Amino acid sequence: MTAISSAPFSADEIAGEGIKPEEYDAIVERLGRHPNKAELGMFGVMWSEHCCYKNSRPLLSQFPTEGLRILVGPGENAGVVDLGDGLHLAFKVESHNHPSAVEPFQGAATGVGGILRDIFTMGARPIAILNSLRFGDLEQPRTRRLFHGVVSGISHYGNCVGVPTVGGEVAFDPAYNGNPLVNAMALGLMETDEIVKAGASGIGNPVLYVGSTTGRDGMGGASFASAELSDESLDDRPAVQVGDPFLEKSLIEACLEAFKTGAVVAAQDMGAAGLTCSTAEMAAKGGVGVELDLDLIPVRESGMVPYEYLLSESQERMLFVAAAGREQELIDIFHRWGLQAVVAGKIIAEPIVRIFWQGAIAAEIPATALSDNTPIYHRQLPDEPPAYAQQAWQWTIDQLPAATEVGCGDRSWNDLLLTLLDSPTIASKRWVYRQYDHQVQNNTVVLPGAADAAVVRLRPQMGAAALKTSNKGVAATTDCNARYCYLQPYEGAKAAVAEAARNLSCVGAEPLAVTDNLNFGSPEKPIGYWQLAEACRGLSEACREFSTPVTGGNVSLYNETLDSDGKPQPIYPTPVVGMVGLVPNLDRVCGQGFQSVGDRLYLLGLPTQAADDRLSLGGSEYLAIAHQTVAGLPPRIDFDLERRVQAVCRLGIHQGWIRSAHDSAEGGLAVAIAESAIAGSLGARVNLGELVGHRPDWLLFAEGGARILVSVDPAHVAVWEAELQAQIPAAWQAIGTVTEADAGLAIAAGNQPLVQLSVDQLQQTWGGAIERRLAKD
Amino acid sequence: MNVGVIVFPGSNCDRDVQWVTAGLLGQSTRMIWHEERDLSGLDLIVVPGGFSYGDYLRCGAIARFSPAMQATVAFAEAGGLVLGICNGFQILTEVGLLPGALVRNRDLHFRCETTPLRVERSDRPWSRTYQQGQILNLPIAHGEGRYHADPATLAALEANGQVLFRYLDNPNGSCNDIAGITNVAGNVLGMMPHPERAAEAIAGSVDGLGLFAGLLEPVAA
Repeated sequence: MTAISSAPFSADEIAGEGIKPEEYDAIVERLGRHPNKAELGMFGVMWSEHCCYKNSRPLLSQFPTEGLRILVGPGENAGVVDLGDGLHLAFKVESHNHPSAVEPFQGAATGVGGILRDIFTMGARPIAILNSLRFGDLEQPRTRRLFHGVVSGISHYGNCVGVPTVGGEVAFDPAYNGNPLVNAMALGLMETDEIVKAGASGIGNPVLYVGSTTGRDGMGGASFASAELSDESLDDRPAVQVGDPFLEKSLIEACLEAFKTGAVVAAQDMGAAGLTCSTAEMAAKGGVGVELDLDLIPVRESGMVPYEYLLSESQERMLFVAAAGREQELIDIFHRWGLQAVVAGKIIAEPIVRIFWQGAIAAEIPATALSDNTPIYHRQLPDEPPAYAQQAWQWTIDQLPAATEVGCGDRSWNDLLLTLLDSPTIASKRWVYRQYDHQVQNNTVVLPGAADAAVVRLRPQMGAAALKTSNKGVAATTDCNARYCYLQPYEGAKAAVAEAARNLSCVGAEPLAVTDNLNFGSPEKPIGYWQLAEACRGLSEACREFSTPVTGGNVSLYNETLDSDGKPQPIYPTPVVGMVGLVPNLDRVCGQGFQSVGDRLYLLGLPTQAADDRLSLGGSEYLAIAHQTVAGLPPRIDFDLERRVQAVCRLGIHQGWIRSAHDSAEGGLAVAIAESAIAGSLGARVNLGELVGHRPDWLLFAEGGARILVSVDPAHVAVWEAELQAQIPAAWQAIGTVTEADAGLAIAAGNQPLVQLSVDQLQQTWGGAIERRLAKD
Repeated sequence: MNVGVIVFPGSNCDRDVQWVTAGLLGQSTRMIWHEERDLSGLDLIVVPGGFSYGDYLRCGAIARFSPAMQATVAFAEAGGLVLGICNGFQILTEVGLLPGALVRNRDLHFRCETTPLRVERSDRPWSRTYQQGQILNLPIAHGEGRYHADPATLAALEANGQVLFRYLDNPNGSCNDIAGITNVAGNVLGMMPHPERAAEAIAGSVDGLGLFAGLLEPVAA
């Protein structure tokens, strides 16, 4: 007989906390009794995928996590890397997908707030925010509403807290119609001498509650985030928290000031699962226990019961362990910033989380049962790839309509290039980033849209160093081609890492480390698990190959929408890779726009005439947008080629030979050339070589090949070509010249012109694609 | 020159101003907590950008009551130089040092971009390194930067030559393309664009540095 049959709860109540029957048995086993209602709720949130990674932990364990520059790897609030000269960078990415699906403004806003807290909890001052966003088809009114809401939410929160939103990515695909993805990444520069950790210590030390008050908002958000979305999910809006960026701004300043006193022993932000998670994790990490008295917690509404206190996800709250006797010093700092600060408990030797309410024990759970000794599911990979994938892989280029030098079907190559530039995924994101303050803190070196990665100067904000300039910078990017990951998760995940490293290399930055956000469907289904497992295998391998260890991240599963028939519609598997890199010399940072008429154009990576599986139209933007087909095999990643190409690109930038660099990604080479022309308001004359043996769309739009398009000052051509010949002898090609804007973009294959468009036309199409669609409202 | 920068809990451009005045120009710069009143020894007060006390009610509506702003009003009335940037401009209109108000942008969106403006006169302390009619490219970053005033006030602003900076490509719907105005005496300037964000080549523009640098020059007799 199982414990659940004698439980003091109905099966529905248990399921309502997101707990499976066998998990209930495990709870009873760990407690030696039945839980009470509050305890059941605590287990519900702490045993959710969001908090304990019960489905993904076995897969995450294969990630490389160590390296020379890694100071803090996975397990803390954020990863930390050493940038030299005493500069330490904390960074992490986190998702807020489910909240954003039901309440886009607050969902996205609190996503930003949450990731910032992860950074400053470590003692780092946030210096940059990036966002990786995925929306459905922009032609649908619902997508436009979500898009508007998410962008306004990020703008509202990020602008007020005074952290520049400097980059990221926005993509659109019907796969996200019901379930947008909102991943926020933050970077911070350590401001304290020691990295502040979460492990509690010092028996008898006081536990301080600081920040905002506790209310019923955000109840059970972590459980909600770990279930599929359905038509009823809109009724879960109370599970979405409400953010107050002004309070967060004050909290940043107060926390950093408090940490500098040396009186803070440990700190943990209250994000998912609020008080439950922070007490359990601090206790378990320190091997101690915590006693907390709920009657001492500052509240914003009356009549709350322990269940509500413990599961509230009210924002802008933190838990500190203070050095005994120094609590008043800390409380004074928070009061000065107009924030709550109270001693609400103490550290005890017994490794237990013990919660008091109205003089009695309201909950008593071994700390490890909530945070370490949690369920774990080892699942079996299916024997063979799912049928959908096998079927998609059958696609070949021969299935496309016939192509001639004039066009494909009834469309000319000019039309097809413009169609791709008009695709919201490729088009200018100015409408988005114009709503974000991207310059506050006065360190933004590369503005959004100007280069393949964001670059921020490493000048601290406080102390003497704040008044000295610095020539070092940090570059950051987020990348993932989810269509590749859908078709072949292993290659797709490798491609995400490769593209991130390539983007950093295109601004001249050396890739250092990764934070990943795994957005997937349900792992309980064979297809979902196959996608997750294969993507993790690809990520692990690629992070090893690029020597960019994973320092942490976030897992968001169950990204599925149940339609009205109850049929699950999963998103594309989307392992977003956030990568940071070091810019050694800010005087040698490269943008993507052409700079000067007469500069020579080079294609690094596979030459135009190459034809192997490292290049592909499978999974390409061209295939999806121009031919409404999602099929084929994405390009295979060649790590050796990627590393060599990226290294020579960085060298060319550091030497001052390269004047612009832009990677060839969605839309292939033709789109990369067009984007560099658009960004520089200059034209280009390009020859892709003879057409013999190739379809023009293969030459123009094939993706992959580790390709980077660079423009080089003619004065340095000899030394540059010698270097290319030495480093990547078979993987470079001179393909043309930068011309006056009046000459437009001219792409030919041998003697055959394929594309001839004015720069103005390119700019109009690419620049206004998103606004044109939004104008429909 | 001794610079004071007012710091509200929600200020977020205070250190950016300090970086320019102290870091780039080497001037003594004191950060003034919003609860302080002592402005002694200062030659210039900067009310920086940000969100003062959150600005959930109306930008600057609460900030006007702060001790530091009360002291700033007295400082300005005694002829001291006061510069309000972005949220600082909003606060200066709320405390009554400058006429008019800043309301939601025409398109209702926050806008962050670099935009051209024209210097309307070069005989103010703020503009003495610029030429009349010179075009400056300065960053803006605001959701409520649309300058609004009644026709009589606008007419008076124009008649008194109080408009110092005017947008060429009005980004927010401001009346008369106004980007920055002074009081009648000219010692108080409020502007939505951020000159402190355009003070180094690495930031993309140095057009804002002259505003601060000009204050350092001895005034011609």
